[in-house]
Amino acid sequence: MQSALHIDEKDNLVTCLRDIKKGETLNIEGKDYIANADIPVFHKMAIADIKKGENCMKYGQIIGTATVDIHTGDYVHVHNCESTRGRGDRK
Amino acid sequence: MCIIVKAQEAEATESEENIIMKLMGYKRENGRYGVRNHLLIIPASVCSSETAVNIAKLVDGAIAIPHQHGCCEIGDDFDTTKRTLVGFGKNPNVGAALVVGLGCEGIQAKEIADEIKTTGKPVEYIVIQEEGGTAKTIAKGVEIAGKMAREISKQNKVEFDISEIILGLECGGSDPTSGLASNPSIGVASDMLVSMGGSSILSETTEVIGAEHLLYPRFEDENEGKKFLEMVKRVENRSIAAGHDLREGQPTPGNKAGGLTTIEEKSLGCMHKAGHSPFKGTLEYAEELPTNKKGLYFMDTPGQDIDSITGMVAGGAQVIVFSTGRGTPTGSPIAPVIKITGNSSTYNNMIDNIDINAGKIITEGVKLQDLGQELFDKIVDVCNGEMPKAEALGHREFGIFRTGFTY
Repeated sequence: MQSALHIDEKDNLVTCLRDIKKGETLNIEGKDYIANADIPVFHKMAIADIKKGENCMKYGQIIGTATVDIHTGDYVHVHNCESTRGRGDRK
Repeated sequence: MCIIVKAQEAEATESEENIIMKLMGYKRENGRYGVRNHLLIIPASVCSSETAVNIAKLVDGAIAIPHQHGCCEIGDDFDTTKRTLVGFGKNPNVGAALVVGLGCEGIQAKEIADEIKTTGKPVEYIVIQEEGGTAKTIAKGVEIAGKMAREISKQNKVEFDISEIILGLECGGSDPTSGLASNPSIGVASDMLVSMGGSSILSETTEVIGAEHLLYPRFEDENEGKKFLEMVKRVENRSIAAGHDLREGQPTPGNKAGGLTTIEEKSLGCMHKAGHSPFKGTLEYAEELPTNKKGLYFMDTPGQDIDSITGMVAGGAQVIVFSTGRGTPTGSPIAPVIKITGNSSTYNNMIDNIDINAGKIITEGVKLQDLGQELFDKIVDVCNGEMPKAEALGHREFGIFRTGFTY
C-alpha cells in the first residue's frame, strides 16, 4: 500500500495513508519527501513550500490558506492552515 | 431478495437494457410505497411529548417522536417545526398516525392530523385539555393506537418499482476517509438508484461551503441552481451576522482529530455522496420531494446529523445511507439508516454500529464501483425488510432544525 495519496496534480498537500514518523522518507509518484514531524494516519503533509497567505490545495481545490510559511514535508493542519469561510470573527 | 427483470417494453433497443428492479413494501392510499409499516404517535408540542411516549409504551410497535418544540415559535421557525411533524406523519413508512396535543400550543394537533390525512392513511388526534388530563388521554390514546396497530398489521407487502424510493444521503463524524472512500461509494449507489428512476437527497448545507462551485453547474434548472447558491450563502451569512467564526462549530473536534482541517476540506469530501447525477432542484428543510419529478435533489439542512436526517425523512425519504469516519450509532424513528465507513479501524472498533466497510478501498484496494454495488445491494435488502444495525439496536434519534428563538 502506498504511504500517501496525492489526489490531484494541483494539490500541494497529500493525505498520509498510515502514521508517519518524523524524518521518514516518503516516495510519492517517484519523488522523495522527508516528513518534518510525526503525522497521524489520514492527516496531511505539504509536498511543496506554501507561503503565508497562499492557498492549501486538496482535491484540486482550495481547502484553506496558510497562516505561516509552510515548508515541504511539514505537517499541515489547524495549526498552520485556516478556513476563509463563515468568518464572522473578522467583521 | 430483489427481483430483477428485463424491461419488456420494446420501445427501442435502449429500453431492453433498462433493468427494472422490484422491491416489496406497503402501498399507501396516495400511491406511495413504504418499506416499513410504523404506527407513529406524534406530539404536537413539547407539552404533550411525555404523554405521547407513554401511549407508545403500551402499544406494540408504536413509535413516539418526543421533541422540545411546537409552541411559542414564530415565522419560518414555526413553519419548519410544523412541516417536519406533518412530513413524518405523511412519510410512506408510516401506516397510521395518532397526534397528541395539549390544547393551547401554537401547533394544533388537529391541523397536523388534517394535513397527514390528505395522504388517505388512518390518522386521529387527541387533546389532553379536552380529555381531562394525562391518565384519560393515555387511556383513550392506547385504545385508538391499539386499534390502529391491529388494522395496519393486516396489510401485506406488495411488489413495487425501485423508482418509488427516495434515498436520504447523510454523513456524520466525518474524517478524511469519508471523502476518499465512503462518500464516493454512496455516490455510486445514489447514481445507480437515480439511473433506475429513483430519487436521492443530498443535504447538510453547512457542508457544502467551499464546494458549491462544483455542484452549482449540475443543476438542470438555472433558477434552482441560483436558489441552491442562496441557501449556502444564507447559512454562511448566519455565522457571519452573529459575529462568530464558523470554526467554533465546524469542523467538529472529532473531524479535526481525524484529520479534517477546514470546512472547505470537509465539504469537498461530503459532496461525493451526490455522485455525478444532475440535480433536479432544491428543497427547503422537510419539504416534500415532488414524486412527479424524480431524481437527485438538494435539501437545505444543517450539518448536524439528527436534524438533517429528520428533515429528509419528513421530505419523504424511506431509507437513509449514512457515512461516518469517526463512527456514530444514530438512526431515525421511522426510516432505516445504513451506516458505511471509509475507515477500517473505525469499522472494527464500532462493528455493532456500522454495516459496511468501505475502508477496504484504501486498505485492500477494492474498486469503488464494487463497493458502491455492495452498498446498493444492502439498500435493496434493507428496503425489503432487513434491519440495518442502527434499526436493530433501536436507534430512533429525532431532532427538528430550528431557525429562530423560542418566545
